[in-house]
Amino acid sequence: MPILETKELSYVYGQGTPFEKTAVDSVSIAIDEGEFVGVIGHTGSGKSTLVQHLNGLIKPTSGAVLLDGRDIWAEPKKIRSVRFEVGLCFQYPEYQLFAETVYKDIAFGPQNMGLSEDEVNSRVKSAAQFVSLKPELLEKSPFDLSGGEKRRAAIAGVLAMEPKVLILDEPTAGLDPKGRDVILGQIREYQKERGSTVLLVSHSMEDVARVSSKVLVMNESKCAMYGTVDEVFTRSSELAGMGLNIPQVTRIFLGLKARGYDVNTCVYTARQGRDEILRLLSKARGGAAT
Amino acid sequence: MTNIIETKDLQFEYTSEEEGAQVVLNGVDLKIRKGEFVAVLGHNGSGKSTLAKHFNAMLLPSGGKCFVAGMDTADEEKRFDIRQTVGMVLQNPDNQLVATIVEEDVAFGPENMGVPPEEIRKRVDEALKAVGMYEYRRHAPHKLSGGQKQRIAIAGIIAMQPACIVLDEPTAMLDPRGREEVISTIHRLCSEMGITIVLITHYMDETVDADRVVVMDDGRILLSGTPREVFSQVDELKAVELDVPQATRLIYRLQKAGVKGLPAGVLTDDECIEVLSNLLEVNGCPSSKPRN
Amino acid sequence: MIRDITFGQFFPAKSPIHALDPRTKLVLVVAYIVMVFIGNNFFCLGLAAAFLILVTALSRVPVKMILRSIRPIWFVIAFTAILNIFYIQGEVLLFEWGFIHIYDRGVFTALFMAVRIILVVMGSSLLTYTTSPTDLTDGLERLLSPLKIFKLPVHEFALMMTIALRFIPTLIEETDKIMSAQKARGADLESGGLLRRVKALVPILIPLFVSSFRRAFDLATAMECRCYHGGEGRTRMKKLQMHAGDYWAFGVTILVFGGIIAASILLPKVY
Repeated sequence: MPILETKELSYVYGQGTPFEKTAVDSVSIAIDEGEFVGVIGHTGSGKSTLVQHLNGLIKPTSGAVLLDGRDIWAEPKKIRSVRFEVGLCFQYPEYQLFAETVYKDIAFGPQNMGLSEDEVNSRVKSAAQFVSLKPELLEKSPFDLSGGEKRRAAIAGVLAMEPKVLILDEPTAGLDPKGRDVILGQIREYQKERGSTVLLVSHSMEDVARVSSKVLVMNESKCAMYGTVDEVFTRSSELAGMGLNIPQVTRIFLGLKARGYDVNTCVYTARQGRDEILRLLSKARGGAAT
Repeated sequence: MTNIIETKDLQFEYTSEEEGAQVVLNGVDLKIRKGEFVAVLGHNGSGKSTLAKHFNAMLLPSGGKCFVAGMDTADEEKRFDIRQTVGMVLQNPDNQLVATIVEEDVAFGPENMGVPPEEIRKRVDEALKAVGMYEYRRHAPHKLSGGQKQRIAIAGIIAMQPACIVLDEPTAMLDPRGREEVISTIHRLCSEMGITIVLITHYMDETVDADRVVVMDDGRILLSGTPREVFSQVDELKAVELDVPQATRLIYRLQKAGVKGLPAGVLTDDECIEVLSNLLEVNGCPSSKPRN
Repeated sequence: MIRDITFGQFFPAKSPIHALDPRTKLVLVVAYIVMVFIGNNFFCLGLAAAFLILVTALSRVPVKMILRSIRPIWFVIAFTAILNIFYIQGEVLLFEWGFIHIYDRGVFTALFMAVRIILVVMGSSLLTYTTSPTDLTDGLERLLSPLKIFKLPVHEFALMMTIALRFIPTLIEETDKIMSAQKARGADLESGGLLRRVKALVPILIPLFVSSFRRAFDLATAMECRCYHGGEGRTRMKKLQMHAGDYWAFGVTILVFGGIIAASILLPKVY
């Protein structure tokens, strides 16, 4: 049974007003436990609205969200408990920091869960460790941290709830390449160690290709594609048509293919590209030897 | 006067209560020619934004000099002339628009300069056309996309008719579409209107089409040259944790894996495809299509 | 969602009233308010009401919207009316019960005052329905600019208004986002007593303040980069210009004003 599922999920903004707009249009997807799903789509494709349904921040206009097979809106009064199981970290999460110390800020979620002081303490410590925030930073004011540290502290605030499903909306937006690599690495590490399910919303197909096992593509409020990285990215010309930037290496291999070379075009990173070229070269050498 | 901006051994430091004296810029010598498109690349804390703020006298050097069109930025009387010569676009598209209507925001700069009303009207219309936002002139800024807001901010600077525009990470908060809009707009301003562009960024792919790339690290200029010259130094860039284009990285990785006869500094898709098809051809992996 | 709230009550339409110079409208509204208060008999109010009806008809703003403007102040109207009914004494006693005495003059005055307030509120709401906040600020700045010689910060005040109007939607959106983010961390904003609810606002208000300061700082930098140095030596792109319509409006208003003054002198007072 999938851990998280949407059934014909639709959401309409401003129903009955002249500004009525369908933001999510009958999306049905199933996400298995332990999966790392990349969610891509350009701004306005409905991806951010979709993920806010998954933890019950937005109530669907029609359709349902099932967590462990149960409709999350079956008992609307218990919707808060869903938010502890499906953790959502918003874009630019550092703008939501508020407490006097980093420790208290990270503890906000676990405390809302009603956990004991000891349990809160251990969760804060381990969340801070996952995002490599040094222990001495925990007693500082979150507003005194550097940009990258603030971002990581805010992500730790969601990790500390130890959700079964972790959703991150563009966790690397606005960071420099170094900051981006650090955070992506930490998320991947977290997912491996915890075995939890992760959804990563991103504009960067390269980042998604690097970390995820499956990809969900949103386009014009609909789920345009949902499948493994290779299944989705082989349709790169369609993706480009949706205004998505496909990785440069992929474009290069598509170019080689168009020139008649027998290359595999499921190549998204420079490393994969190198391996593919080396494979061809060694095959040719092998061929020449026989 | 061919240099619009010139810095001589530029130093900048400040004192913070907690950490004492902090050196941000440590002897920067840079000349930017009129009409040039210069990209300044560096990660956070490299000093690139601090450097940019010296170009329009928002910051003044602690040591050394900074000249804008021959004017010393330390000369307080020249401050408004300097800010008219070098316009600045900032990172957050939401926080730099003043007025509630697009065209009135664009008029803000010329109004401050005391330009006569008819002339402002003309400049505003021209500036909005230059960034392709003329049809949005009566819109409210908060309803526009990030890329559109940033283009309005650029129009607001163009209306001041500067010789040079400095953009301080203008795309950091934009989606890929917005980034593309902004980058193509500033390229057009440079090539069609002859405006000197200084683009501060940490996205290396935005610098590939620049005339010159300047890499900053630790308050100094680490590398400077054409994109091809700069990006062929993969090891140096990696050492300061900066990216190079995937095409460059792919060729670099192949070289490291012992593949011979590959040129350095491959930047674009087409170059890379050309290089790789040559490589495959020479090594006996023929194409199924005949080459012309 | 909070984001759906619209600010101001500008009703965009193409009408001769919308097309008037904001300065004209501001001056005329003041004149209108003065005449409603000068008028001391029902004929005067009738004349003012006729004037209001004429302007409303010209403005193409739905009557329903104008009536709606009274809704927030009906309590004030009712309250003054009741006070007048009970406290004003006259010759003819209409009703007596215990210590309550109601006289004819009381009823008249109450009615008169109510009509007055309604006329004033509807008239001034017409100003905000037909003038965008931007134009209103602009008109105010220019009308008040002579006050600069008394060192009143007229330009600064107008700029503050503009910036507030510009950033209110941005801050509303931001509040919405912060609320969602804290709810995602289990913040409970809906239940509990007053104290708990106020406490629950802290995680929303602090980030909002911090971000407002950051925005203010950024905006100040951006304004400085664009050579802002106060109102001195500043020009404006938009020139406000009086057109034929403005002169007509002044003419009609002067006529009505004259009529009201004449009627209030010649006709018997209500109170």
